[in-house]
Amino acid sequence: MRVVRMLGILVALGSLTLVSGAGAGTLDDVKKRGFIQCGVSQGNPGFSNPDARGNWTGLDVDLCRAVAAAVLGDANKVKYTPLSAKERFTALQSGEIDVLSRTTTWTLVRDTALGLNFAGVNYYDGQGFLVPKKLNVKSAKQLNGASVCVAIGTTTELNLADYFRANNMNYKPVVFEKADEVLAAYDTGRCDVYTTDRSSVAAQRTKLKDPEAHVVLPEIISKEPLGPVVRHGDDQWFDVVKWTLYAMLEAEEYGVNSENVDKLKAGAKDPVVRRLLGLEGDMGKSLGVGNEWAYHIVKQVGNYGESYERHVGPKTPLKLARGANALWKDGGLQYAMPIR
Amino acid sequence: MSRDPVERPPLPSVWQSPRVRALAFQGLALALLLGFGAFIVGNTVANLSKQGIASGFGFMGTTAGFGISMSLIEYAEEHSYFRVFIVGLLNTLLVSAIGIVLATLLGFVLGIMRLSPNWLVAKVAAVYVEVVRNLPLLLQIFFWYFGILRQLPGPRQSVALFDSVFLNNRGLFTPEPVPEPGFAAIPGALLVAVVVSLGLARWARRRRDRTGQPFHTVYVALGLLIGLPMLAAAAAGFPLRWEYPALEGFNFVGGMELIPELVALVVALSTYTAAFIGEIVRAGILGVNRGQIEAAQAVGLRRGPMLRLVVLPQALRIIIPPLTSQYLNLTKNSSLAAAIAYPDLVLVFAGTVLMQTGQAVEIICITMAVYLTLSLTISLFMNWYNRGIALVER
Repeated sequence: MRVVRMLGILVALGSLTLVSGAGAGTLDDVKKRGFIQCGVSQGNPGFSNPDARGNWTGLDVDLCRAVAAAVLGDANKVKYTPLSAKERFTALQSGEIDVLSRTTTWTLVRDTALGLNFAGVNYYDGQGFLVPKKLNVKSAKQLNGASVCVAIGTTTELNLADYFRANNMNYKPVVFEKADEVLAAYDTGRCDVYTTDRSSVAAQRTKLKDPEAHVVLPEIISKEPLGPVVRHGDDQWFDVVKWTLYAMLEAEEYGVNSENVDKLKAGAKDPVVRRLLGLEGDMGKSLGVGNEWAYHIVKQVGNYGESYERHVGPKTPLKLARGANALWKDGGLQYAMPIR
Repeated sequence: MSRDPVERPPLPSVWQSPRVRALAFQGLALALLLGFGAFIVGNTVANLSKQGIASGFGFMGTTAGFGISMSLIEYAEEHSYFRVFIVGLLNTLLVSAIGIVLATLLGFVLGIMRLSPNWLVAKVAAVYVEVVRNLPLLLQIFFWYFGILRQLPGPRQSVALFDSVFLNNRGLFTPEPVPEPGFAAIPGALLVAVVVSLGLARWARRRRDRTGQPFHTVYVALGLLIGLPMLAAAAAGFPLRWEYPALEGFNFVGGMELIPELVALVVALSTYTAAFIGEIVRAGILGVNRGQIEAAQAVGLRRGPMLRLVVLPQALRIIIPPLTSQYLNLTKNSSLAAAIAYPDLVLVFAGTVLMQTGQAVEIICITMAVYLTLSLTISLFMNWYNRGIALVER
């Protein structure tokens, strides 16, 4: 009897091992769950920042909202997980978040060895330096021997090493985990230089005690294409996120914005606009979402230009010109693939 | 009738032997455990490769490509991740070693202070212990780090001592001794002095036990330890050059540098653990039989020698086991260095390297194995020491 009981327990335990992770696609998970889990930064003004009431806003946040609008029809069905540079990839790899929209640079190692897929570039950036005005430094080439505050595990850390090595200069790195700690150390004078992506430099500068006492050096020492990230092995979800970004760009290219989208939905003549807003074709259904996916995106979040102007444009405290982020028609790099 | 004249009982089944049964169950349990372990590892590897995440330990040979602010050995961006691991490990060991020594010293002082007949001294120690024990360690680390940083001036306004030692918020810069050829004679002489001193101590103790004549072992040993290396240095022509730190551009160059992160971490860890060690020491001292103290007083020993010769040797038997736990706590708490940019194992290896390679499973396993080995080594040594001073029962 005791033997039979033991065998029974063993069989029960053994059957547990057969139940492996079912690997259902993220799209189905999201639809079942009713909201998207979006990984964002811990406070990067302009890209993902909570306001005084805890509502998240920013360019990266808008992308997550657009995906929610496309998949679930409601841009507010998003839950945000603030992540440091150290945790962001493990959170995505482990399934804790569905999409990582956190000013993450697209590199080969991340695309391959980390098991991630980059669903496009929503901001073309480069690495820059911030120094106090009183140091009288005019160029990054004068920074030999400086102490540099940097965040851990970022391309910033590696590019910094490369740049100083290439220019035969020495530096002393001071490496923190959270962006706030890096900035605080720079503000107290622990280091001479603060470095991260140019856009984040502008954003974090607004958080300093005296923003006007600091100057951004002219050099941009690297390419930092920032974009949303999803996991390997989930092609359908990858397509959804990718084409959400393209829909926002295509909408701006063809003059569809949140103000005129209703009018255009009622009676648009341009076949491109008709396809975009779901009046013709089955674009949404091919993606696995409703045919009004792009309409919801533009109506609730806006097109790329609107999102840019609202969060990081020249009228915001960040004052970032479109530059490389203008549409290809206007001399920039943002190019949407045809939605047809 | 064919009947066996001797009634043989049937041979017992092999399962009726308790030893065989025990062995069989042990074997089954072991097989299950190994099978479970193999399943876990195999499942992890399969899932990692399904998601396209790199696995395996080959990444240790990849070039690191990033800088580290403090390293006890030669390190540059071209070195491999394995080198980064060694640098982080050495930094952790440095913090742990200094922290353990300082915490023990301060802890013993605190424990004895708290038992002092002087009311003020005892109360000061009590307040210290209660306050420091009850505040979270991370907060204390932040306090020392930002507390130190905010007070210190920038490099251009450093506090200078004799124009050779400089203190600023980038660290403490002191002259560095640079050995020239022929320097090996000095540590060699020091080693000889140590061996001779130990031998001298043994000889003096034996002579005192035999004849009762005392010997100034401490003074003679001190003289040897200082004198012999100096003689060797003089004979070799003083092969030591001092490199002075100098302000060039942004920071000081040359000399030895003690970064504020290290100082803040060591101070926070030592003061925090010393509060716990103080209580352990107090418990040990209170645990010594009252009769011993009265006997010592009857013999005429004052408080200091009584503590040193009678009470502490017996109290140590009570103190050592919980003291081991505090040492292990200090070693593991040193991983909080990641919060203040001190480049210990967790920050550079389980932080930056984990971030750059994405191989979280392997790196965390290695880091945990390192801390486990460190802790086991410390506790092994302390247990050996404890056995060495144990009461030999008749």
